[in-house]
Amino acid sequence: MVQYTGAVLDASFAALSDATRRGVLEQLGRTEASITDLAEKFHMTLTGMKKHVGVLEQAGLVTTEKVGRVRTCRLGLRGLEEEAAWVERYRQRWAARFDELDKLVEELKHEELKHKEKADGRKKR
Amino acid sequence: MDERKDSEINPTKYGTTVDRKSERELVVTRTFNGPAHIVFDAWTKPELLKRWWVPKSFGASFLSCEADVRTGGTYRFVFSHPSSEQPMPFFGRYVEVTPGSRLVWTNDEGVEDGPVTTVTFEERGGETLVVIHELYPSKKALDDAMASGSISWSGEQFEQLDQLLAVQGASVGRS
Repeated sequence: MVQYTGAVLDASFAALSDATRRGVLEQLGRTEASITDLAEKFHMTLTGMKKHVGVLEQAGLVTTEKVGRVRTCRLGLRGLEEEAAWVERYRQRWAARFDELDKLVEELKHEELKHKEKADGRKKR
Repeated sequence: MDERKDSEINPTKYGTTVDRKSERELVVTRTFNGPAHIVFDAWTKPELLKRWWVPKSFGASFLSCEADVRTGGTYRFVFSHPSSEQPMPFFGRYVEVTPGSRLVWTNDEGVEDGPVTTVTFEERGGETLVVIHELYPSKKALDDAMASGSISWSGEQFEQLDQLLAVQGASVGRS
């Protein structure tokens, strides 16, 4: 969980370090928009805006969907929360299993040691 | 907050970590206090696997546990769960079995292609690092798995998560 959260935060902060990208998030907070809309709004080339949206998408802050020739961008925070929730539940499931496995490993270790001591004892005699 | 910071600097020795390595991969790591051959046995002998694979907190229990653990062999675990009248089968095939070090299996119970699970066992000074790698056939397959699993959350878990996400929410809110 720690690792996962760290990676997400790194990507989020990197994405938010740019004024244009913060502006794009603000804009998408009001309404969804196409890349063309965003490029016009921020006086940028289509290629430049695509790059910014790509960074935001990587950080999970924006999701995009292509319908026909138009790529629509939306705030992705909700999706990010769901993903983080799922990953945390997945982690808890494995952690619960592993707590049980710890007990079993201890038990098997002791058994092996007992067998070994018996065998060593026999050799000495 | 302070506790979380500490654990970031010095991760709990026997803690379970999960990392979404890519669009279609999840990686879980955990260290066990025992040699690799013992930990490997616990994953591959059905009578041992049964004792930890479904802890009480899952609410499910084994009806049967069959595993022919060799390359090309198959497994079939059937569970009962109070939420389901029907028994719940999980099954697949062992793609690779290298005693003491590596296991690869498919997860075939779903309607669509499931992930391929690779588990490696690496012994270091009497301890064993276990790395579980789950590779989904596509980004969509993993996204779908996440979407279907996020519905049945309990309130307590959501509360824990809210705390976790408060930081992220705050950083976006400020922009």
